[in-house]
Amino acid sequence: MLENIRLSFQGILSHKMRSFLTMLGIIIGIAAIIAIVSTIQGTNKQIEQNLIGSGDNNVDVQLYQGDYVLDFSYEPIPAGIPVIAQEVLEEIRQQEHVEDASLYRKRQDYDGVYYRDTSLSGGYVYGVDSRYFSACGLMMKKGRGFSSEDYAKSKKVCILDKNSEKVLFEGADAVGKTIELRGEPFVVVGVVTEKEAFEPVISTMDEYYTYMEQSSGAVYLPDTVWPIIYQYDEPQSLVLKAETTSDMTSVGKNAADLLNGYLSAEDSSIQYKAEDLMEQAKQIQQLSQSTNMMLIWIAGISLLVGGIGVMNIMLVSVTERTAEIGLKKAIGARKSYILGQFLTEAVVLTSIGGIAGVAAGIILSQIISRANGIPAQISIPALILSVVFSMAIGIIFGLLPSYKAANLDPIEALRHE
Amino acid sequence: MILNLQNIYKDYYQDKLVVPVLKDVSLQVYEGEYVAIMGPSGSGKTTLMNIIGCLDRPTNGTYELDGRNILGLNDKTLSEVRLNSVGFVFQNFQLMPRQSALENVCLPLVYAGIKKKERKKRAMAALERVGLEDRAEFKPTQLSGGQKQRVAIARAMVNHPKILLADEPTGALDSKSGSQIMELFHKLNTEGVTIVMITHDARIGEEAERTLHMIDGMLSEKKEGRGV
Repeated sequence: MLENIRLSFQGILSHKMRSFLTMLGIIIGIAAIIAIVSTIQGTNKQIEQNLIGSGDNNVDVQLYQGDYVLDFSYEPIPAGIPVIAQEVLEEIRQQEHVEDASLYRKRQDYDGVYYRDTSLSGGYVYGVDSRYFSACGLMMKKGRGFSSEDYAKSKKVCILDKNSEKVLFEGADAVGKTIELRGEPFVVVGVVTEKEAFEPVISTMDEYYTYMEQSSGAVYLPDTVWPIIYQYDEPQSLVLKAETTSDMTSVGKNAADLLNGYLSAEDSSIQYKAEDLMEQAKQIQQLSQSTNMMLIWIAGISLLVGGIGVMNIMLVSVTERTAEIGLKKAIGARKSYILGQFLTEAVVLTSIGGIAGVAAGIILSQIISRANGIPAQISIPALILSVVFSMAIGIIFGLLPSYKAANLDPIEALRHE
Repeated sequence: MILNLQNIYKDYYQDKLVVPVLKDVSLQVYEGEYVAIMGPSGSGKTTLMNIIGCLDRPTNGTYELDGRNILGLNDKTLSEVRLNSVGFVFQNFQLMPRQSALENVCLPLVYAGIKKKERKKRAMAALERVGLEDRAEFKPTQLSGGQKQRVAIARAMVNHPKILLADEPTGALDSKSGSQIMELFHKLNTEGVTIVMITHDARIGEEAERTLHMIDGMLSEKKEGRGV
């Protein structure tokens, strides 16, 4: 075997130009596949990151009626839906892989938030408990957070995020100013921002809708103030912080199951459901994947052409070396040895092509990444698979020429000059 | 008896035309004999040689090599016979052009599955036997015709075959290196190697202890040998 590999290199090196041109088909095919796979993986990673954010691993658990989130700004609270008690929240915090959990209420307010004449139209108002900011990966940019006194005395204070500060105050400092919320005055005590600056890359309308919510501005209130401007006994939503991204699905489902145990609404379609961002990411990924599969097939055709090139040159090589084959048979080489020798040569040829193709593919994907701004994610299994695949091409397309060589009639072969 | 061919017939087919090449050829060769087969080209010498060398099968007849019936063997066993029992020397040497003399001599040992170290040792010994131990690393292009033929003989001898078959071994050589090769064959024969040689050069044929003539696919013996 080693002897065969050595002989193969000898043969390949003695025809450098021919060997390179033969490999070129394999190189191009493998390079194209590596570049496509890297781009797909990069895009997938990007979709995941855009949806999940900068790694806060947050899962929202909200009340749904069928497929829609229950919105209490339009509908009365149905009977049989209790407010989530502090003990239940504690129980959720004890569940496996839950790092933190917090309760909140949320309302999209189109005409309720004003600073002087400026409206925060379409912004969200949140009533949050004391652990909400840390659970969601938000930190104070300026001012202070809510104090226990704010909660205890239901003080009319609020915290803005940087989007709502920008819209309402147009760049001026909001801390200490008073805004109007449903006709009530609220003092801005602080401004929060994400711990890790994360700017999603938006390239489609779907992505735009997904991120619009995050960018339309938010006003946070202590949850004890909520009843003053909205209503009493409104069921909360839950935000979970999972330990790892891969825990998100299971953590959300467990919490939703627990909360559903407390429901006794007549309408059984009212249920807590976890918003599964991983699932959403997968769906979007699948969409982009199916188009990219086409590209892989097209690149596969170039590999096929490359393989035919290998077969062609191997057939030429067999003809050229007819006398050599005849002699080897005459001095005692078995058919299987001749077969192995030519097969090894084909596999060595395509393997070198495969490795060169992988190198070219990595370079190509970096170039594509620079040009399009799509990050390329080089996948090690894909690299290994490509080299293995190019070896397989060597075997498949080397088989016919090798078989031909092995079955040459030694007398005919020896007569051949 | 090393070779025992009885009533060998060989027909070739040209399109639908049957061309008989060997017609009822019988040949016995004993251990240590030096046999020359002479005859004009087209008389069937090479075909007979190919049959003896297990490269070709006769249309009819029986063939025993060292007491073993060759004609019933399959391809794989035939390669083993060629590897271990027969050594081939050709007119045009048939060396691998990109491999050194030593590597060329090693080839049959590779097929025999012998380890690399042992291969080198045995190949060097074979090169010494033909007087080329100082040319071991030379490529065929760096060797003269006579030297190339010596390398080919070393390769044929390296597995210690029962019989050495030579097809016009001096045909591509000048007379001086030709006679050196003939001396080598003599030396090998006196060392006990059985040789069957094809030639159309009467002078060379006479050096053998037994000369057979092939005419039109029929073999006839001029000089009396031991067992016929």
